Amino acid sequence: MNLTKEQQSLLDGSKGETMAKVVKTLVMYGEAFDAERMVPVAEGFGHTVISFGIGVMTPVYDLYEKLLSAGAVSGQKFTADPRPLDKNVPSSLLKDIVFRVMYSQQERYEEQLRKFGLRGENDYTCACYLPQVGNVPKRGDILSWAESSAVVYANSVLGARCNRNSGIIELMGSIAGFVPEFGLLTDDGRKADYVVEVKTSKKPEAQLLGSAVGMKVLEKVPYIKGLDQWIGAELNESATAYLKDFGAATASNGSVGLYHIEALTPEAKDFGDSLIRPDAQVYVIDDTELERVKNSYPCIWKDMDAKPKLCFMGCPHMTLGQLAEWTDKVAAALQQNGHRKVVIPTVFTSAPAVIEEFKKTERYQKLMDCGVVLSYICPLMYMNNPLAKKMPVITSSNKLRTYTSARFYSDDEILKFITGGAN
Amino acid sequence: MAITFQGRVVAPGEVKAEALVSHGGFNTLASFQMALMFGDKQVKCGDQNNPDLYKKPMLGKALCLPETIGSTTGGMVLYTACALGKQPACMLFSKPIDSLAASGAILAANWTDSNMPVIDKLGEEFLSYVKDGMTVTVGADGIVTVE
Repeated sequence: MNLTKEQQSLLDGSKGETMAKVVKTLVMYGEAFDAERMVPVAEGFGHTVISFGIGVMTPVYDLYEKLLSAGAVSGQKFTADPRPLDKNVPSSLLKDIVFRVMYSQQERYEEQLRKFGLRGENDYTCACYLPQVGNVPKRGDILSWAESSAVVYANSVLGARCNRNSGIIELMGSIAGFVPEFGLLTDDGRKADYVVEVKTSKKPEAQLLGSAVGMKVLEKVPYIKGLDQWIGAELNESATAYLKDFGAATASNGSVGLYHIEALTPEAKDFGDSLIRPDAQVYVIDDTELERVKNSYPCIWKDMDAKPKLCFMGCPHMTLGQLAEWTDKVAAALQQNGHRKVVIPTVFTSAPAVIEEFKKTERYQKLMDCGVVLSYICPLMYMNNPLAKKMPVITSSNKLRTYTSARFYSDDEILKFITGGAN
Repeated sequence: MAITFQGRVVAPGEVKAEALVSHGGFNTLASFQMALMFGDKQVKCGDQNNPDLYKKPMLGKALCLPETIGSTTGGMVLYTACALGKQPACMLFSKPIDSLAASGAILAANWTDSNMPVIDKLGEEFLSYVKDGMTVTVGADGIVTVE
């Protein structure tokens, strides 16, 4: 690793032992991937995946205390993943007691985030790149982010450059102001190892397609062909919302940090097939393959025929357009099925800033009239409660399915469940 | 019969332990979160999507895997497991290590007193050969012996 004089000086302890250790950690991280130099993170905002003060993670908060005591704060403001708790989300006395015990470090941790440089009190969302939130990197920006769904979105849809950094490491990159150059920060690392040919008879569900791709390619970079016929050749609200969900599934069901969509995402538009490595493998996805993938998901409910008791939508957080679309869909289906309110307690989750915007629209009252709860919560954090784990919870999020006991259904199936059309 | 495999040292150390093998990607968050949260002394794997490991104890085992997958909390989770003394004896990767596992291993090596040697690039033959229950010895030079 070739360090600049300033970087070497930090490593040698010019700003204290703790800062030297931060730099040493980043150097070792780079050396594991044969990085030759550090590159500065772009101006703008960082993003941290750690938003929860969970009791068992005390070693993390103790480490952060050590950093703060040494004055090692982030050189840039940053946003954070969603908060774990919201009193508006259906719960019970027992569950609330468990939540309080589980997230016993929440206040301590949020105070630490403020000291490190959290941008604002409401900047807790996994979808920090949404325009209402405003943490939107430019193409080519070098980032020190973590949160798998945000990293894959920033790389793929925005054309920024960020490795799949872990929590803690991302903050250390923001503290130092530089990160090792390897992997997705390099031109070569952004070339495609797989060609995915989408040959479905209808628009594939984003969360299912992403899951299939993630499971197949794992950490490799896929170049997706045939998807533009379904989602268009323009990165508009509808296409970017689709890619948000698609990417989150690729990242959680595999470990994809970057994908290219033919004729749509910025690098695919500019460089086309030249992004594909000569020895790239081909993976064909048709209706049968999507069905196979969906049927392969394990479900750990004790009673497979249990009636769902809760539904979560919005992992990652929903966009303004998705909230509007789902409001209309739920209202119409309820009317069709002869119900006034959802028949299963249902929570839509979104970023605080998006929720604020949504509240200004007439659809907000329409959604409330349908009985849907709108929350900024992280559904995954809710489901970590062992009492929630025992509940039959349904979702169309493949990320939530992967990490919790929530059962996956397609969007259409979810709509039927919550509006009484599946009875 | 003992067979040796040469890998690359990511986090140094020497150890001898019983093998626990995952042929699919190891989802660090899904595997550790429940065990860590509820103080499972054996640190049983909680990832229902991993048929090789689900519900098997991971504490003190030589965890043999291709790579890790999933959430970017992975490195932090691994760091926490090490800080709490709930880590595998070592992690042995057939493929080049991924950024999340590397982060966890390096954070643990730099910021905790734990000893969890991590070796990568052991090759597909390693993962084909090693089976649950075999004895694995990790040398300081990245040589892994399986018997």
